[in-house]
Amino acid sequence: MSPLISIDRIIHAIGFLLALIALITIRDRSNPKRITTALFWALMAGCLIFDRTMVDLWGVRIAHRIVGIVVVLLALVAGLGGVGRGRLISGEAERCAEPRGNILFLPMLAIPIVAVACSLGLKGVSIGGIMLLDKQTSLAALGVAVMVSLALAFWVTRSTVLEAIRESHRLLDALGWAAILPMMLAMLGGIFVAAKTGDSIKLLILMLAPEHQRFVVVALYCAGMAAFTMIMGNAFAAFPVMTAGLALPILVKGMGANPAPLLAMGMYAGYCGTLVTPMAANFNLVPAALLELRDRYGVIRVQVPTATAMFFANFLLMYLLAFSWH
Amino acid sequence: MTLAELLPLIGVPIMVIGFVLRLNPMLVVTGAGIATGLAVGMSPLDLLELIGEKFLDARLLVIFVLVLPIIGLMERHGLRERTRRWIVRFRGASAGRILIAYFIVREIAASIGLPVGGQVSTVRPLLVPMLEGAATAHLGQLSDKSVNRIRAHAAAAENIAQFFGEDIFIAYGAVLLIDAFLRENGIVNVDPLTIGLWGIPPAIAGLVIHSIRLTRLNAALARDADEEAGP
Repeated sequence: MSPLISIDRIIHAIGFLLALIALITIRDRSNPKRITTALFWALMAGCLIFDRTMVDLWGVRIAHRIVGIVVVLLALVAGLGGVGRGRLISGEAERCAEPRGNILFLPMLAIPIVAVACSLGLKGVSIGGIMLLDKQTSLAALGVAVMVSLALAFWVTRSTVLEAIRESHRLLDALGWAAILPMMLAMLGGIFVAAKTGDSIKLLILMLAPEHQRFVVVALYCAGMAAFTMIMGNAFAAFPVMTAGLALPILVKGMGANPAPLLAMGMYAGYCGTLVTPMAANFNLVPAALLELRDRYGVIRVQVPTATAMFFANFLLMYLLAFSWH
Repeated sequence: MTLAELLPLIGVPIMVIGFVLRLNPMLVVTGAGIATGLAVGMSPLDLLELIGEKFLDARLLVIFVLVLPIIGLMERHGLRERTRRWIVRFRGASAGRILIAYFIVREIAASIGLPVGGQVSTVRPLLVPMLEGAATAHLGQLSDKSVNRIRAHAAAAENIAQFFGEDIFIAYGAVLLIDAFLRENGIVNVDPLTIGLWGIPPAIAGLVIHSIRLTRLNAALARDADEEAGP
């Protein structure tokens, strides 16, 4: 029996929201590319709503091939400039309403508070044999928190469901295709894993690594983590490759480094890479679109100095702390 | 290295060239994926299947769409304007100070696993209006350059504080991944708590480094305002 608040249901809800947004987009005459934009969101909605249905009907392999075709279509629609936006952007939209009191903050505060309360209080709770929350408790708790917050938002603003969908449309228009770029990059990361790109990178790095020079190997581990993370967009993908290839055999087994600080700081070296790569789209490119920055790479530009300084600080800390017990 | 060892890397130069030439990232990413798959000898159908599978595996990355209706409604009813008016009451609040305070709170919250913050649910509707409200109160109408500077800094503070805070929290992915990795490789005498504790020195370094940068933000904004005014 699937839990009441399951990840599948949350994803389906997002799919339905996107489908409704696609419908509104078709009728948005201020958007010069309304048909292709609507097609883009409809394709995305279809993927999210019908994934299980397709698997049940035709089996996993065919279903995944269909989604694969949809992904290529999404890339083509976005890549050929088919995703446009309407005229109604945020700045103007707000002016039409006189701000109410501090009660406006209530729905915003409700999200973290309800999420924490649910993940602590409803974990593993079941009623009549049906689990309330999915095993991925924090995500399911977020789902509950969003429902509570949405109810509060309706109450505070006295709005209709249609208005809520229109406002979502406005925000999604500002994001455009950047909203699903993180999924595309995760897909590319998956292909890299299947193609064993990591093994090739490991070979490249090992060709550079001298066995006995601690300083150089530590530097290579940090640089490799950062560089590989920049390519994959995700430190978690770089970590096993670089650590199994370099840190464990040479630094831990060969030179007796303390694994806890070595690996914790190795992960941080990867995070320094995350801060400067467009591949980490959800952190770097989506906010730039969401905040309507002129420069797509504006967030990365601001992060580069801190990431660079942190990289060297982290490298020094690793070099000093991981071997300090000798 | 042999050709067979080099071919899986073909996606990397494609990505780099694509980003340098500022081609559409959706096309570049898909192109790099298809090139990599074909280079290592996958059949087109298998590759299509892999693309679909990995795309669906990543579907949790769209979960932020769930909060769009809430943010949209609240913005429409004046949340950002309200936030601007609220922050102006605090005379000492400048953009730089607010960001440092946010950074500290965000990093500590991440280190104990509290789900506060977020680009969609906090930075756009609350943090940015606070910064713009405070900066406007001190410097008058903000130029386009200042607005862009402030917003980019808001997003950056959120990212950096989150990254360097959450590595301390033991129930979070990074510590769990390191722990699982060590066990898999036969090193069993390391406690997850220790891994989290070793995240503290870099977390403090991150706080110090970024705060030093943020103390200079107000001066940069004042310069923007002077440039705007002309000589």
